[in-house]
Amino acid sequence: MATDKKSYSTGAFWFVAPAMIVLLVVGIIPLLFALWTSFQQFILPKVHLKGAFLGIWPIFDAPFVWLSNYRDLLFDESFRNALGRSFLFLIINLPIQVVLGLTIALLLHRPGHEWLKNVTRVALVIPMATTFAVVGLIGRLLFNGDFGINNYFWNLAFGHKMEWLADPNLAFISISIMDCWQWTPFCALVLYSSLTMVPVEIEEAAKLETDKWWHVLRKVQLPFLLPGLTAILILRTADILKMFDVVFIMTRGGPGAATELISIYIQRIGFRSFEQGTASAEAIILLVITIILSRIYIRFIYREI
Amino acid sequence: MKSESPISNAKIEVLRYRPKLHIWHFVVLLAIIAFCVFPFYWMVVTSLKNQQDILSPIPKFLFSPTLENYQRAVTKFDVALSLENSLIVALTTTALSLLLGTPAAYAIARFEFKGKRDLWFWFITNRMLSPIVLALPFFILARNLKLLDTQIVLILIYLTFNIPIVVWICADQFRNIPKELDEAATLEGYNSFAIFWKIGLPLVAPGIAVSAIFSFIFSWNELLYALVLTRKYAQTAPVVATSFMSGYDLPWGQIMATGTMIALPVIIFSIIVSRQFVRGLTMGAIK
Repeated sequence: MATDKKSYSTGAFWFVAPAMIVLLVVGIIPLLFALWTSFQQFILPKVHLKGAFLGIWPIFDAPFVWLSNYRDLLFDESFRNALGRSFLFLIINLPIQVVLGLTIALLLHRPGHEWLKNVTRVALVIPMATTFAVVGLIGRLLFNGDFGINNYFWNLAFGHKMEWLADPNLAFISISIMDCWQWTPFCALVLYSSLTMVPVEIEEAAKLETDKWWHVLRKVQLPFLLPGLTAILILRTADILKMFDVVFIMTRGGPGAATELISIYIQRIGFRSFEQGTASAEAIILLVITIILSRIYIRFIYREI
Repeated sequence: MKSESPISNAKIEVLRYRPKLHIWHFVVLLAIIAFCVFPFYWMVVTSLKNQQDILSPIPKFLFSPTLENYQRAVTKFDVALSLENSLIVALTTTALSLLLGTPAAYAIARFEFKGKRDLWFWFITNRMLSPIVLALPFFILARNLKLLDTQIVLILIYLTFNIPIVVWICADQFRNIPKELDEAATLEGYNSFAIFWKIGLPLVAPGIAVSAIFSFIFSWNELLYALVLTRKYAQTAPVVATSFMSGYDLPWGQIMATGTMIALPVIIFSIIVSRQFVRGLTMGAIK
């Protein structure tokens, strides 16, 4: 077999080369450029083009400051706050989504009402498939202070209305609720597919032993759920570091900086304050965090390829 | 006791396996469906109301529907142009990713070669990478190449996440083709490209279709790159969605009509491939 594969390997180059070259040009070169920019004091309106290296790599008259952008970030409270806010968002939302998702998964796994369960599985796809920007628009509609339907029900229950998107804490809660709406179904479907992998005989035997569902869950189903839970943990962490669209449309990071998650923050520094040097340094730090996450992901999920 | 006879034993067996139906199970499932569907439903309903009905402090569930918002949105907000841009960009980038991605997927599934692990790792990293990391340098590079606000720049940058998703899904499919087929074809005198083209591709057609749909959905939904790299002429639909949210007296009906036009095609697509949908989102980690 080994010799077989070797004889093919020259052919492999021609299959992979086109994709590799394109990814190199559109993926790797920009990353290198970001790294280069992160060593400069690069304020977009103030720099001028001096020329271009090889026609594509622009050279600007921005002062080269080595690592000082990175050093400044060490003491930059707003950057740390934005990262912290992203992790806070994760710590608050992930457990809610996993618990609700597991509940839904168990309900889908429970025998009975097959037709309705099929409908539920299709319905679960809808939030995930909704264009993120549109989820933001829906959030603006539901949480509107004057005519939003959430406020209507809140008023029925508690006798007063709330300014959901104008109050810092409530805005944070509002974007969390929209995130839970969109991604609880994801947890539910991942965990449901894990549950279906438990061998039927083992589960039946366990159910004869005990009639407590949480015993079955803990002793029989949990080992099968672990890979799915790990995948959810890592992917949701990555997604929340990426999270931009919903928050940008619902709150633009406001009020103040209450909902300014890390991607929103870097976007503001780079494209609203035009401090591309600082923003690039922040992006590179985010990239490093992402690479570490991917490593962990490979380690736990793809032990082999 | 007659229960000793095999027939009644079988009956008991059947009875035991018929699950007990609980009303609470039914109700909770309905509640889950309502939870998933309601926000989307409310957007669609709002898009069919006139401004008065929308602004009513008591939500109106019964009203006389109108398509006026759709007519106005299409003519007023460059929505038609942006939908056209979205469609062109998503279709082109999907076609290119299939063209570039399927051979790479085949090589990863079939051959051993140097750097295969690194290639795989780069793909996974792409799934996790925040677009802002690439958007910053891409903006400066595109500005100097005079590519800002063109469809080309979006098509190019969307390849960074579409090629990986195509490779991911298709490699999985190619692995399922028995190696014996390749060997038989080699004996017939096919070279490795002919094997890929004439035997591999037709066999993984369903996988290609799924990866095409995914690639399309991801491109259609993308906001950050499009927001940063376009101004006016190449704006995609999600970018237009961001432009509504300033000022007083928002035309909510038209905004929701636009939202519906953006989201509905993707939702229909996703429901069609709902079985593969989660696998695609986890990049195949969950079978």
